Parts: sequence; structure tokens; C-alpha cells
Amino acid sequence: MNQTRNQLLREIQRWQFRIVELTLFLDTHPNDQRALADYNQSSQRLRTLVDEYEKRYGPLSNWGLAPSGSPWAWACGPWPWETGI
Amino acid sequence: MWVYVKHLEHPISVSRPDPAFAKVLITQYGGPDGEFSASWRYLSQRYTMPTRQTKAICTDIGTEELAHLEMVATMVHMLTRDAGPKQMEAAGWGGHYVQHGPALYLQDAAGVPWTAAFFQSTGDPVADLTEDMAAEQKARATYERLICLATDPGIRDALRFLREREVVHFQRFGEGLMSVQEYLNNKHHAWPGYDLPKTRPGS
Repeated sequence: MNQTRNQLLREIQRWQFRIVELTLFLDTHPNDQRALADYNQSSQRLRTLVDEYEKRYGPLSNWGLAPSGSPWAWACGPWPWETGI
Repeated sequence: MWVYVKHLEHPISVSRPDPAFAKVLITQYGGPDGEFSASWRYLSQRYTMPTRQTKAICTDIGTEELAHLEMVATMVHMLTRDAGPKQMEAAGWGGHYVQHGPALYLQDAAGVPWTAAFFQSTGDPVADLTEDMAAEQKARATYERLICLATDPGIRDALRFLREREVVHFQRFGEGLMSVQEYLNNKHHAWPGYDLPKTRPGS
């Protein structure tokens, strides 16, 4: 289970970083059409992966961006500083 | 407001405890050119940025620096969590062990605590953005020294990632500065944030 969970999380991490980099680039290049298209495609891909993760393991972000099963899944580990992911 | 995402920006693996390396690495947690200084420098300066680009860049780089702070904290934590008191003492970190145990504390490599004097927030976007560019170069130089000292491949990989981000941020701040210079060259702006009619009586 952990292997699959961690693999999915690593995949999310890679797409999330792509979005971070594109966000900074677009802040100073707001009309770059290639970057905008890349951002929109990457954002869609990230959303799909995060939805899949959250359906299986509970919220990946706090403050209500995803529903929780019972018991309250957000407070369950693992935390990033425990796993290094 | 901020949303926390429950994963690191880039993965970290640590193969063995190494409190001696944690002791020097912690400067990127709470030292003058560390990630805490970086994040709050940009997040404090963003309120007086005059252009669309610089408001966004200070917010987004400031936020990314919080993710870097978490990466550095995770490395220090993983390097020390399995080190015993004697191992901490042998690494020259007995003082930290006595005062903080295995906890994270905002300090530099010499144990000097973090202080707000580590950065400026002048309200002048040219002064602030040139400080930000210098800050990115100072952090890059520090990461390069840390890479020279690091032996663990997982740590070296994370440090290389962080070093590269400093280079990207330097570039983005430079582009932000160009947007401010363009804004100031507009005849309606005498100096940052002040419009001529409001500051020159009778005009």
C-alpha cells in the first residue's frame, strides 16, 4: 500500500513543482502563450492526480479543499518531515 | 490566507544521522541568508510593491521560500532525530542538545539566533528588489558551500535543487525590477508609490 501511496505522492510532487515554476515564470511573462498552455494542461493533470489521491487517502491540503472519511483523515500521518516526501 | 499541502516541494532522503552536518545546514533555516529570512523578507515587502508583476512575484517567491524552509527543516530533523546525546556532543552540538534537545531552532551555523535585522523592508521597491536579488545570490553561495561539505547523496540532491531555485528567483526578481523601472519612467510617477499631484502642492 505504502509503495502505491508514495508513488502517487511523488507523481503529484513532480506536477506541483512544474506548476510552481510556471507560476513564477507567468508572473513576469503574462502573455507567453506556450507557458499559459503548459500551465493549464499541468493544472488539469495535477487536479486529476490530487483527486485520485484524496479519494483513497484523505485530504492532501487543509482548510476544506477535500472531504474527509471517518475518522478525521487530515490529522493522520504520515507528515512530510517523517517520510521525506 | 495560506493553504498547507502535505508533501515537500522536492523529496529528501537521508541515509544516516549526521548532527555535524545539521549544525552547519541550520544556517539555511535561521541564518541571515536562510529560508526564514528569505520568505519573510519578500512577504513583508510585497505590501509596498507598485506593479502587478512585483506584487505577484513577492507573494509567490515568498511562499515558495516557506516550502524551502520546510525542506531545510526536514533535513535537519532527519539528520538529528536518531542521534543520541553523545553523538550530538561529539558533533559540537552539545549546546544545542542541552537547550533545544532534538528540536528545530532559528539560528545560524554559529548558534546566533535569528533576528529581524537580517533583512530590510524599506517601502522603496528599487531598494527592496535589489536587496532581494543580492539575497538570492548570497543563498546560492551558501548552498554551494554546503554542497562542498555534504557527503550524503540524498542531501546533496536536495541542496542542488535549492541552489537552482535561488538562480531562478534571482532572474524573476530582475524581471520584476524592470517592471518597476518602467513604472517609474512613466511621467505620472515621481518615485515609488507616490503620484506627482498628491505630493507636489499646487501642481
